[in-house]
Amino acid sequence: MKKTPLYEKHVALNAKIIDFGGWAMPVQYTNVIDEHRTTRSAAGLFDICHMGEIEVKGPQALDLLQLVLTRNLADQATGQVKLSALLNEEGGVIDDLTVYKMDENSYLLVTNATPRERDWQWIKAIRDAEKFDCDLKDISDNTGKLDLQGPRSEEILQKLTEADLKTMRFYHFCKSHVAGFPAIISRSGYTGEDGFEIYAESNVIGEIWDKVMAAGVPLGMKPAGLGARDTLRLEGGMMLNGQDMDESVSPLEVPYSWIVDAHKEFIGSAALRAKQNSGIRKKLVGLEMTGRGIARHGYKVFFKTQEIGVVTSGTFSPTLNKAIGLAFINIDFSAPDTQIEVAIRDTMAMAKIVKLPFYKRSK
Amino acid sequence: MSKQNPKDRLYSREHEWVVYYEDGTATIGITDYAQEMLTDIVFVDLPEIGRKVVKKATVAVVESVKSVSDVFAPVSGEVIDVNTALEETPELINQDAFGEGWIVRMRLSNPEELDMLLAAADYDEMLKEEKH
Repeated sequence: MKKTPLYEKHVALNAKIIDFGGWAMPVQYTNVIDEHRTTRSAAGLFDICHMGEIEVKGPQALDLLQLVLTRNLADQATGQVKLSALLNEEGGVIDDLTVYKMDENSYLLVTNATPRERDWQWIKAIRDAEKFDCDLKDISDNTGKLDLQGPRSEEILQKLTEADLKTMRFYHFCKSHVAGFPAIISRSGYTGEDGFEIYAESNVIGEIWDKVMAAGVPLGMKPAGLGARDTLRLEGGMMLNGQDMDESVSPLEVPYSWIVDAHKEFIGSAALRAKQNSGIRKKLVGLEMTGRGIARHGYKVFFKTQEIGVVTSGTFSPTLNKAIGLAFINIDFSAPDTQIEVAIRDTMAMAKIVKLPFYKRSK
Repeated sequence: MSKQNPKDRLYSREHEWVVYYEDGTATIGITDYAQEMLTDIVFVDLPEIGRKVVKKATVAVVESVKSVSDVFAPVSGEVIDVNTALEETPELINQDAFGEGWIVRMRLSNPEELDMLLAAADYDEMLKEEKH
């Protein structure tokens, strides 16, 4: 298994380590519920070094990204982050990634951990085939990433940076320093809370981790593992690539229509139009268990006796104190409040369809 | 650190405990080591009273936030009672695995199976090896 630069720190903290797509990652330090609630009430610090980073630079960087990504980036300002999707020719989701506009003709793509090599090969192949004048560089191995999430994140991080965090808007970033080291600070995340994603050279990310721990722990922050990251993102109604969607799924079938720009041509756009015209048949929806039990990935979903779909993510929600999940179901049954059943082992448990997200922070 | 494994009961290699009574019934739960491995237990799927189970068959299911784990019957018999307190407070298993967090009571159909289970000292030994 591959290890992040922070692996030894997790071991020293007695974290339980799991294999996450070939990476030895901390799933929890104490327990998931505690780390989850601490992130909602104070702050959580996550090792996200396993995610990928690709630089795209050159006169035709934007042209390449406009062709491979679903989102229109023409109006993106320097210092702004945009979530977008990378599709195959059939309109299936290869990855959902964030685009950082570093400067004119200079972008940083932040990919999920598992499809990172696939993304790289795909984008490179298209750059080569179309002969776009831009350089691509996979800087994943030299780049460390920490997510500091939760209502006290700004207060904690401000102790370690000269950047004025108070004025930084959500989904915006700046190049600055953290604990004296050059870093990109982005106000964004994957928890449904306020917070920051911090990027720095992988050889200094350990020292940054230590400094953030020293500044954050007295304010109630704790290190948090992938277990809490998963329950936090699910409450926030966010999908997990490879679990809730894959290359057989189009962004129109999941809550991602908003990152697809119908007014531009990109790889997969023709397939999406064809899909739209022939009618979308299934949809990813939120569900809440009203009966006993927890819906889990792979459990079947029924309406009366008819099988209508399958659960893609499911857990116990530490904030709402009930079982929640995401499920791919036949679109005819996808209206909120529809009573459904989930087959849990040998029993049918009652559930209902609900609007996403399950949790929204108070501003 | 897990609590000491009480000497008044027997243990399975799958981390269940059994307290056996002279009337042929037994109380069954999971060990403190097991709850520590599972961490935050959020749901317990209890069997119906009257269900007959054979040794090593699933008698209950314990779920943490992340995981779904079977509780295997350490002995064969009929379920005569379940700990309904776990329906509302599954974390009783985390708090008191050897006491308030018991899971089922069974009437044993073959008490000789008890001979196959481990004494506390043997279970301690097994855990030592498992941790290595």
